[in-house]
Amino acid sequence: MQAIRTLVSRTVVLPYTNIDTDQIIPARFLTTTTKEGLGRRAFTDWRYDASGAPKPDFVLNRPESAGCAILVAGRNFGCGSSREHAPWALLDYGFRAVISTEIADIFRNNSLKNGLLPIVVDERTHAWLLAHPGVSLQIDLQSSALTLPDGSTVGFPIEAFSRHCLLNGVDELGFLLQQAAAITRYEQTHA
Amino acid sequence: MKPKTLFEKLWEQHEVVAETADTPAVLYIDLHLIHEVTSPQAFAQLRAGGLAVRRPDRTLATMDHSTPTDPAEVFGRVPIKVESAAQQVREMEKNCREFGVEVFGLGSEQRGIVHVIGPELGATQPGKTIVCGDSHTATHGAFGALAFGIGTTEVGHVLATQCLLQRRPKTLAIEVSGTLRPAVTAKDLILAIIGKIGVSGGTGHVIEYRGPAIEALSMDERMTVCNMSIEAGARAGMIAPDETTFAYLAGRRFAPSGAAWDRAVERWRELRTDAGARYDRVVEVDADQLEPMITYGTHPGMVVPITGAVPDHPADAVHAKSLAYMGLHGGEPMLGKSVQVVFVGSCTNARLSDLEQAARVLRGRKIASGVRMLVVPGSQQVKREAEARGLAQVFTDAGAEWRESGCSMCIGMNGDTVAAGHYAVSTSNRNFEGRQGAGARTLLASPLTAAAAAVAGRIADPREFLRS
Repeated sequence: MQAIRTLVSRTVVLPYTNIDTDQIIPARFLTTTTKEGLGRRAFTDWRYDASGAPKPDFVLNRPESAGCAILVAGRNFGCGSSREHAPWALLDYGFRAVISTEIADIFRNNSLKNGLLPIVVDERTHAWLLAHPGVSLQIDLQSSALTLPDGSTVGFPIEAFSRHCLLNGVDELGFLLQQAAAITRYEQTHA
Repeated sequence: MKPKTLFEKLWEQHEVVAETADTPAVLYIDLHLIHEVTSPQAFAQLRAGGLAVRRPDRTLATMDHSTPTDPAEVFGRVPIKVESAAQQVREMEKNCREFGVEVFGLGSEQRGIVHVIGPELGATQPGKTIVCGDSHTATHGAFGALAFGIGTTEVGHVLATQCLLQRRPKTLAIEVSGTLRPAVTAKDLILAIIGKIGVSGGTGHVIEYRGPAIEALSMDERMTVCNMSIEAGARAGMIAPDETTFAYLAGRRFAPSGAAWDRAVERWRELRTDAGARYDRVVEVDADQLEPMITYGTHPGMVVPITGAVPDHPADAVHAKSLAYMGLHGGEPMLGKSVQVVFVGSCTNARLSDLEQAARVLRGRKIASGVRMLVVPGSQQVKREAEARGLAQVFTDAGAEWRESGCSMCIGMNGDTVAAGHYAVSTSNRNFEGRQGAGARTLLASPLTAAAAAVAGRIADPREFLRS
């Protein structure tokens, strides 16, 4: 995984609450055995009609959304299934961060392990972001803060170890493998 | 000694290394369930790192999500129609062979939905930590296990180390008093709970379901309740083990036997929340007040009693978007809405007692013309038992399709899907947009309510079909 320190991008807004992982990547695309290429399926039933043509009204299909790496979504983003294909699809599409007031547990864990930043902000900041699509934000992972266009900053919580791994581009598995002696001891004493 | 909750006891018993401000706990995993959809990339991760599966003996593999339910495809008489699914099945067999993991493959008599066969084989036991790359892993909490869904990267972590890095979640007690009335099932109870606390009401928490209405439930019913914990946002739901739990497990393939059984039961009896232990939150539910429930929207919290109407929130744009997808209007009654598909199946409601419930309504009746009904047993063992008890005959006599086991129309990966615009009353767990097929309109309900809809050809009150 690549180290992440800061991210600067414009936002794209999906103002719906409870966007579930079946919307992010429908189950019919989970018969893959790799992680690659899922971006073209992200939000597929919202992006395309039954004939496969892009729906011009859908926000991701509008020209101003091109290149936006920050997705602002309604409360409880990523609820539902444990499919890691959801963050894989969002990353492959080009998103690097998701901002909401609440992010579902399994989706948040999966995102952190792949370098997609799950950012929870307060209601007031969230309401402002929902009302101002396309604004440019700076996310600083070192200070765990978001800088708004007026220069004000808003802190966000992020689990300390995940933050360390993201800042240094290291994998959590390496840390777990270093625990081998403790794991063996546990197995010997807990038959 | 400080009184502890059931969750705290299990958590502390499985801490290999306790959490600190800088690092999460290293939590030992007793049982790892894997399936064909969320494991291929994890095996690839092992291969890339030159790593082995640390404990193949603690790993149980099956195939269920993308597998066919047509007997000819399952038993190899014709090729699997969805070629990418066939590829996943081959990959699973190869990965398990290469890494030394026993797999209950497509033709196996022990195969089935991963959350049905774990308990059925006695691999799911009180006091265990159980994970799987599937959010409905919460099902196993019905046995007093700490069981939760994980992503594929974490599947790789468990394969390689038998451990996970976890922060300690909060606890939520759901106290259910009273008694469920006739025709009000465990499914109605959990739908009512989700309706009450909301689809993110349990986020960050482990739920413990407790109280007289929970203690009165059979193991099949407890599994239905715990299964849908994730639909309230909780990764895990659990119920303290008791005599019902022990009676279910006795004699099963992976359950202890002889003196080891007696020692295990003695240990399992300790797995209860101590008097005076504190939860972070407590919610109370009165079972006496509940009715059969049905969903009307596009998440499981959008639920009403079957005699109710679609709620009207004209100012709420998200509610309006959901109703537009469902083709429903605020104020419209649920009863009488015509349906095209009925699905009895899934890890929520495809065990033997679920099929018995559906058969209670269908026995001696025919499904309405214009309705397609699919009955998909949760495992091959459930299938055999349902056939031996004459349930399969009831379904086929009524005009329903009787299939091989798998996730089937709950997730629609194998070609078992609902057409765009069609209404499906389903005993599964998710009514998200497109869940059962692009454009499909899902109404979640119990097996009784599903069977009643099949007979009536419309949403119907199951109580009308149970009066003698």
